[in-house]
Amino acid sequence: MRFARLFLALLGLALAMLAPPAARAADLDAAFARIATENFNEIEAAIGDLAATGNDKAATALQAMTDGALVYAPATKGVFIKKADGSFLDARTGVAPAEAPFATKPVRVNNRIRRALEAALGSLTLLAPDPAKRLAAAEAVFKSRDVAALPALDVALAKESDAKVKRVMTQARAAAILAKPDATDAEKVAAIDVVAERGDQDALSLFANLRANGAPIVKMAAETAAGAIERRLAVLSSVQNVWYGLSLGSVLLLAAIGLAITFGVMGIINMAHGEMVMLGAYTTFVVQELLRTRFPGLFDWSLAIALPLAFLVSGAVGVLLERSVIRFLYGRPLETLLATWGVSLILQQAVRSAFGANNREVGAPSFMAGSFDFMGLQITYGRLWIVVFCAAVFAALLFVLKATSFGLKMRAVTQNRRMAACMGIRTPWVDSLTFGLGSGIAGIAGVALSQIDNVSPNLGQSYIVDSFMVVVFGGVGNLWGTLVAALSLGIANKFLEPFAGAVLGKILLLVFIILFIQKRPRGLFALKGRAVEA
Amino acid sequence: MILSKLLTELDWRGRVFLLALAAAAVIVPVLNLAIPEGSALNVPTYAVSLLGKYLCYALLAVALDLVWGYCGILSLGHGAFFALGGYAMGMYLMRQIGTRGVYANPILPDFMVFLNWKELPLTWWGFQSFPYAMLMALVVPGLLAFVFGWFAFRSRVTGVYLSIITQAMTYALLLAFFRNDMGFGGNNGLTDFKDILGFNIQAQATRVALYVATVIALALGYLVARAMVTSSYGKVLIAIRDAESRARFLGYRVERYKLVAFTASACMAGVAGALYVPQVGIINPSEFAAANSIEAVIWVAVGGRGTLVGAALGAVLVNWAKTWLTGAFPEIWLYGLGALFIVVTLYLPKGIVGALSEWSARRQDRLASSAAAEAGVGPQPAGAE
Repeated sequence: MRFARLFLALLGLALAMLAPPAARAADLDAAFARIATENFNEIEAAIGDLAATGNDKAATALQAMTDGALVYAPATKGVFIKKADGSFLDARTGVAPAEAPFATKPVRVNNRIRRALEAALGSLTLLAPDPAKRLAAAEAVFKSRDVAALPALDVALAKESDAKVKRVMTQARAAAILAKPDATDAEKVAAIDVVAERGDQDALSLFANLRANGAPIVKMAAETAAGAIERRLAVLSSVQNVWYGLSLGSVLLLAAIGLAITFGVMGIINMAHGEMVMLGAYTTFVVQELLRTRFPGLFDWSLAIALPLAFLVSGAVGVLLERSVIRFLYGRPLETLLATWGVSLILQQAVRSAFGANNREVGAPSFMAGSFDFMGLQITYGRLWIVVFCAAVFAALLFVLKATSFGLKMRAVTQNRRMAACMGIRTPWVDSLTFGLGSGIAGIAGVALSQIDNVSPNLGQSYIVDSFMVVVFGGVGNLWGTLVAALSLGIANKFLEPFAGAVLGKILLLVFIILFIQKRPRGLFALKGRAVEA
Repeated sequence: MILSKLLTELDWRGRVFLLALAAAAVIVPVLNLAIPEGSALNVPTYAVSLLGKYLCYALLAVALDLVWGYCGILSLGHGAFFALGGYAMGMYLMRQIGTRGVYANPILPDFMVFLNWKELPLTWWGFQSFPYAMLMALVVPGLLAFVFGWFAFRSRVTGVYLSIITQAMTYALLLAFFRNDMGFGGNNGLTDFKDILGFNIQAQATRVALYVATVIALALGYLVARAMVTSSYGKVLIAIRDAESRARFLGYRVERYKLVAFTASACMAGVAGALYVPQVGIINPSEFAAANSIEAVIWVAVGGRGTLVGAALGAVLVNWAKTWLTGAFPEIWLYGLGALFIVVTLYLPKGIVGALSEWSARRQDRLASSAAAEAGVGPQPAGAE
């Protein structure tokens, strides 16, 4: 009964397509006049008529009806949409009526009407003027595999001009045919080919039933198509793991790269390194707060403004730390470890006193929101920017080390402090600035990490063990080693996660690193030398 | 016989320490049990447990001093050995709850019933027996230290690298014990203990007994450590601390010496943890946190590394200050602790005990030289005769 009615409605719809616009407007008026009644049968028929017009006024009215906001005036047979504030809109024209109608009654709805409404809205949205709405409607039909939607789909397909929407509609139509009990095998095989084009999990689940109990030829077609999709999905998931791993690896690299300077190049165990990262994140927070209140228009620039500031704040704290504590402890690495741990406690508590112990909200600028689809891979702009940013920081650091006079002095002091001093390099200055550079880069990392992690006083603590692991694994004193270590640990972590779970995967990696250090105590890329003891 | 030999060979510092411990073992229980409540001299029961907790930390500090002060191994993972010992005791105490748990399961602890487990995992085998549990409190940390040290020392991982991988070890254990699948209570750990050896764990007498047991364990731990470092084995240990390569070139198997010290120290930490758990009433994975291990290092540094007595003193002092400050000015405690780390490493590298003994040595020198000056004879340069 319901199907028949819908079919009639759609037939009307198809006819309406062919009719000239004036006739369609007349249909709309007639349908609206018909709905202004108490009779459920009449209302149901009117809904069919409305759907048949394919008019967006009709869609609005039907949507209002599902919300219980469609009313009519029995005296004039006028139909209105009652808005939340109590005012009315004429359902026919979509504008406010000249004089407010009185004694209005809501159009009556029962379960049967509600079903008719849903079907009518579904087919109306397939014809909606907005391609995004049509796409969503087609996807919904694909998911529901509603056989009843077939006629509507055929009508919509004939009219569709957008290639993407058309493709999805074809697939939805194929999915509906696969669900149709009386479809022939040939139809089904053709439908399988169409659906297989999607190549995703939805297509696979559609085939699951056919593989189990279809006719032999359908079964075979489904098997082949599903096999191809499964292979494609397997490749896709490895690619996705690599991508996630790269993104995790660049986070690790960002956190560890400053440490690669202070620990790797200078040999200072800076347990307060994580707090430098935290300071960078809080700098971002402060910058955003200021922009929000003073210059809201500049919000998209907040990260760009925060970057140099974070470098300066963390770098300055680093230089201060080096001048006041660390320089007295050169040559006593274990004591340095303890003293900097003390510094980290003080910095944490200072931030906690200033900003409170709770997480602080750091917003993402608009260019970091959203995602795009790359060969079936969902890539969020946030992750992409972090990977790009990390590469940029790494390149900049390499440039500073290899191509500037400061980098030259820094390497000279690292390799032979006394000889460097003899050549007129002020080694204490170089020490301070190097430490400041490492800390400043940690601050920059904080700006990036504020986008993906909670900004709280404990932010740094969660990265300190990981950062040390990366630097030690990669080999002390070698930036490239740090890069390789961070990326390979990130990727290994993401590949372990599906088997072992996130926590166990991390434990396995830690155990691996502990064992690895036994084998190669100086890391992956050790500096070659003859020193017996450092 | 060995004990009397040890006692006669003690220096004045050790004698004072043992005397103080003996006094603490007698006076505190008397003040708690014999003096009526409300009297000014009465030591409340919670304070007895608090002191017991400090002394557990002191034992951990002595263990750490054995490896750091005498062997130069800065372990940032001793909290893990401590916690493992604690878990062994906690598992025994969980089995003692029996049918008094919320789910009244005679075999399974509450959290296992909650997780819908049907039988006790293999790791819990035997923990209803106290001797077995105590053996495990010694053996599990010792075994972990042995295996870990065997790998690390054999491949000559030293200095800060060793510190970092010990930290990684305790971090890995922290993550592991947080998992429910491990069967150690996950996030919540083990708690709600009722009995120990048939005595109510909340009872005043039990708490005093636990306290006395802790004092005795600390004294024994001190004596063992002291015996180790004053023996010829200890001399080699110190040689390794000061010049590892030279000791190796002289023909000592450095890794074996280190391994013995590391393992013994881990066992000692395990005992400390086992005594700690019944007195605080809970053990959970946060005991594995790297911060705890590093805090233990600062106790040793404050008291004076390489003195044993100083380590114990530092642990008690720092923790007493922590209790007081976190109660009185919670904001300040972390500033204080942080400053303590910095000040001690910069200005007090030998700790309180080290600084005191230096000062008294200098004073004796001065006294000797002034006495000599009064007698009209200047100090003779060595080798003048």
